[in-house]
Amino acid sequence: MATQADSRLTTLKIVSYALVAIWLLIAAFPFLWTVWGSFKVQGDFFSKADWTNAIYGVFTQRETGSSFTLAGYFGAWVQEEFWRNVLNTMVIVFFTVVISLTFGTLGGYALARSGFRYAFWILMAALIFRAMPHITLVSGYMLPFFEWNIWGLKGTAIIVLVAINQPFTLWMLHSFFKNIPKDMDESAMVDGCTRFQAFRYVIVPVMWPGVITTGLFSFLLAYNDYAVTSMLLSKPNETMVPAVASFLGSVQVQGNIMFAVAAVVSATAPLFVLILFFQRQIVSGLTAGAVKG
Amino acid sequence: MKHRTFFWFILPTLSAMILFIALPIVSVFVQSLFIQHEQVLIVSESCGPFGCTPTTSIDVEATAALRAAQPLGRFNGLGTYLDRSHLATAEVAEIWAESSGLGSFVSGLMDLKFYKALFFTLTYTFVVTPLVLVLGLAIAVGVNNLPKAMRGVAIFISLLPFLVATIVGSMILSWMLDGEGIIGATLQIIFNDPSLSIKASTSLMWIALMVYGVWHTLPFSFITFYAGLQTVPQDTLEAARVDGASKWQTMMNVVVPHLMPLVSFVTLMLLMDNFRVFEPIISFQAEAHAQSLSTFIVSDLREAGNPLYASAGATSILTIIGVAILLTPVLIRTWRDFNVKAH
Repeated sequence: MATQADSRLTTLKIVSYALVAIWLLIAAFPFLWTVWGSFKVQGDFFSKADWTNAIYGVFTQRETGSSFTLAGYFGAWVQEEFWRNVLNTMVIVFFTVVISLTFGTLGGYALARSGFRYAFWILMAALIFRAMPHITLVSGYMLPFFEWNIWGLKGTAIIVLVAINQPFTLWMLHSFFKNIPKDMDESAMVDGCTRFQAFRYVIVPVMWPGVITTGLFSFLLAYNDYAVTSMLLSKPNETMVPAVASFLGSVQVQGNIMFAVAAVVSATAPLFVLILFFQRQIVSGLTAGAVKG
Repeated sequence: MKHRTFFWFILPTLSAMILFIALPIVSVFVQSLFIQHEQVLIVSESCGPFGCTPTTSIDVEATAALRAAQPLGRFNGLGTYLDRSHLATAEVAEIWAESSGLGSFVSGLMDLKFYKALFFTLTYTFVVTPLVLVLGLAIAVGVNNLPKAMRGVAIFISLLPFLVATIVGSMILSWMLDGEGIIGATLQIIFNDPSLSIKASTSLMWIALMVYGVWHTLPFSFITFYAGLQTVPQDTLEAARVDGASKWQTMMNVVVPHLMPLVSFVTLMLLMDNFRVFEPIISFQAEAHAQSLSTFIVSDLREAGNPLYASAGATSILTIIGVAILLTPVLIRTWRDFNVKAH
């Protein structure tokens, strides 16, 4: 129901549109620029003399004969064996998400259905744990992990990521389970189910929307993590993000910065697809914590 | 739910949190109280034709054995906290005694690496947080005015900077800011100074880091506020309009108060995240210009061959105390809300 006042262009409206336009440009431009530039040679990507070189690929044409080149991707994936890091990421992210969701659904369900005071204290503790900088926790792991000889293994990183993930997962699933009416599982228990059966046969079938949303955030945390994966994984077990960071140091020396650019684009592409498919869930997950307070 | 069932349901998640979050905090604290063994020295007499001279040498084997036997090192109490690279109490007292006024005291403090890093961390936190709040609200209002079909696109584009890994996002930006990158080169042309380099100047580096911080976290506040705007009651808006309030007045007196709970939630999240800034510093390779508490921990742990656990531990505990100070107001409020609900 647009009134006349709504549709009139006021100065305020123009300013706010301009602000949005500028923001969208600032948000998108670095990605467009880097994706486009990753198919060029270094002379074009860092084209000080004439920035249009980066768009038309003058040097790329001169060096490779066409205005697009896959040299950066070849260098990163084959020469520097980036595919190993991609595989490591897949393994670590998959297990982290599956285990955190399993632990989180059980715990979140219990917290949502328990009215005792200690449930509140557990949630409070989780909130405090959530605020701990990950890097301070990492400095606590290093010494014991070296002593027990489990430093550098994928399994270790998975367990640590699961634990770091728990506070957030617990809060999100707790507020999600609160919205599922208590009557559902309680009537199942009246009919003779145990608490676990009620959970298994009544709650599990209806919980997937919440679990998927939470899972997306567990995925992002594990996928984007740098503090844990860079400090606790040995070189052959490294995931994409720390690999990209260490790439930067080594390839800059050899003048192969385009390898790093290609690796960065390869690591960002899955996120792009993720947002494309799950935008609604990500937005609702971001605001779930806020609305509940 | 019965206590026993509750226990079995909560057991996996609780044990994960206790083992890998609570215990490491304890472990960090214990580590910070110890310090590495000193090297074992052996004094031997070397006798030559002109008499004997005592020479001191390091017993490498014995040192290694001692360090392996007691990896924590020897007990040092709060020594690490007070040493030169942390709170530096002795140095601070000296500067205080020598300084003529507040200005010279502060500039003296800035020579101490801990206070310098703390200063950067706090500046970063308290510049980025308000900027992100205000701009996020402004953009949320702007997007809310857009036609329905365009809102989805706007949100899609906005999510990218937020969801990309911090280290990857800041790397992208650092290439663009490079003297030969698109933004860096453009700035050189604008200011007509071909030697202008963001990476060589401390103040420009700080600005670049903060710009990155805003770019990276703005989507979070924008999307939260945007969701909040959908819940503003239409009746109140209409009433305000009937009463003759201008758009701006409606915004300030109706919309903003409605969003206040969200503002405090977003502020809390931003404070927590900004206080632990460290990934952009690594990606920008800006360690020479800006250090944060977290980069200290990383560089201590990366110390080639033998990581400085004590130093890293002490910095970690100090960081945790910082986070706790930032969090207290919120925790007190939650506690009060809970008690109000309970009674």
